[in-house]
Amino acid sequence: MRQHSIVRRLLADPASALGAAIVALFVLAAVFGPALTPFDPNQSIYESVRVPPSAQHWFGTDHLARDVFSRVLAGARSALLLAGGGTLVAVLFGTAIGLVSGFRGGWLDEVLMRFFDALLSLPALLLALLLLGTLRAAYGESVSAIGRGLGVFLVLAVVYTPIVARVVRSVALGVRGRAWVEAARLQGERLPRILLREILPAALPALAVEAALRFSYAIFLISSLGFLGVGVQPPNPDWGLMVNEGRRNLSQVPWAMWAPAVTIAVVVVGANLLADGLKRALMERDLQREKDA
Amino acid sequence: MFAYLLRRLGFLLLTVVLTSLLVFLIAQVLPGDVCRVILGREAGAARLAECRADLGLDEPAAVRYLTWLADFLRGDWGESYATGEPIREWVLGRVRMSIMLAGVAFVVAVPLAVGLGALAGLLHGKWPDTLISIGSLAVVGLPEFVTAIVLIQFAAFRFPWLPASSAIPVGTPFREALPALILPALTATLVLLAYIARLTRAGVVEELRQNYVRTAELKSLPRWAVLLRHVLPNALLPTITVIAISTGWLVSGLVVIENVFNYPGLGRLLVFAIDRRDLPTLQAIVMVTVVAFALANLAADLLYAALNPRIRVGE
Repeated sequence: MRQHSIVRRLLADPASALGAAIVALFVLAAVFGPALTPFDPNQSIYESVRVPPSAQHWFGTDHLARDVFSRVLAGARSALLLAGGGTLVAVLFGTAIGLVSGFRGGWLDEVLMRFFDALLSLPALLLALLLLGTLRAAYGESVSAIGRGLGVFLVLAVVYTPIVARVVRSVALGVRGRAWVEAARLQGERLPRILLREILPAALPALAVEAALRFSYAIFLISSLGFLGVGVQPPNPDWGLMVNEGRRNLSQVPWAMWAPAVTIAVVVVGANLLADGLKRALMERDLQREKDA
Repeated sequence: MFAYLLRRLGFLLLTVVLTSLLVFLIAQVLPGDVCRVILGREAGAARLAECRADLGLDEPAAVRYLTWLADFLRGDWGESYATGEPIREWVLGRVRMSIMLAGVAFVVAVPLAVGLGALAGLLHGKWPDTLISIGSLAVVGLPEFVTAIVLIQFAAFRFPWLPASSAIPVGTPFREALPALILPALTATLVLLAYIARLTRAGVVEELRQNYVRTAELKSLPRWAVLLRHVLPNALLPTITVIAISTGWLVSGLVVIENVFNYPGLGRLLVFAIDRRDLPTLQAIVMVTVVAFALANLAADLLYAALNPRIRVGE
């Protein structure tokens, strides 16, 4: 019932509904896209080099005569896997650390938070570049495509875990003295149970908003890394990478750059709208509850 | 106020030292054997041993960290693995170029963003707010390289005299560099503008919900007096912090923007260092940025304290 009312609130707002629709479409493209591509995304079609958008090639073909629509569609999966997976890992680790740190307090909390301060004093892209640059220096060019993806995935988890942990920690810190938590403690509940059953539910709304926000930033970050040439490597259909390749051949095949660029923008703005809407829906619900109480 | 200053300064030092430890761990300990990185996988045992002795890799990591930190503080940043150049001069030359670019963007973006954000906040729910909010959301959502490319295309069409590439020599004086600065600075301005305006708006809207606003309205002060005399001073104070945080945002943005325009700043050097596996240069660039970011935050904190009576007078 409660979830239901939040979803309804969210969809009642046109901007949030648009955001939700875009994200849903993106997820569908990621799941089914690779099976639906009209052409092989990495295969040159020699009879149609650099053709503009047409009924056969919706987004045209690029400088290597690959079908751009197929590449954009195929790119959705790696974008979702990396951004979604990285966000998920960051949320899991961040929640665990934030709960324990906020509930226990003391020196553990102090040490963890100072460490996170240090991590967060590096802007996200800079930290990501430092990590990826070092990984590249250490493992060289011999790394497989999967290894590269794994690197980006790892970097996202490292960059976003402290941010999530801080959000959860502040909620945990706020509720740990409340009567219901105290009651659970006096009942002799064990720590994991208190954390999961009593504290976590209080942090869920903030966590949901944070996860949506991290997800949109993750897509942003991955495409920036791809564009700079330090993320996913060619010939993989990564959106940022496609923009970079397209830019070099802009005068001949502008569509090869615009298609992925617009796609990135739409997905990031969509995820942003969804996060904004979620935040507002949750705030309105709290206001409503205060009124009812 | 003095105690506050000391506390902030101590906190700044602690953060920078901790971050330097982190940077050292990532760049020097994580990759394992740095000499293998420099010499490649086929290097002979003798050359490896010589290189290790040269770089002091046989020492324990703690000693190496302290040596590196001491050298860094003394201004000895070592030599590039890629070109053999002294890193300090190299990096500092680029720092100047990046500051030039960031400075132009800041000077244009900050007043405009605070003005637009405050306007949107005060009129929240009305059409100017909707317009500003949607516009800034769209720009925040666009990766910098997309914004940059759109601008390049537009400029090539409307202002063909503007250079699309900003590959000027390092050390070009500001006046001569100006034409090359326009497009990259405009990109950075747009990104900053949207980011700061959004947060300023949120601050103003939050402030409008406070009880004192209702009190002022209930004693039937005119609307403009409530907004200008009561809401704005309170709402705009936190934007100082917002602007400081946005320097972090700008750093990330500049890396991308400089690479799109081939502008010879710190961000361009960073990607070069990664491409050439030049770890000491990478390390130095990150440290310089960390210090700059920390200083921006400190400056904002002090300004905030100086303007906020609750902190200025002290507890």
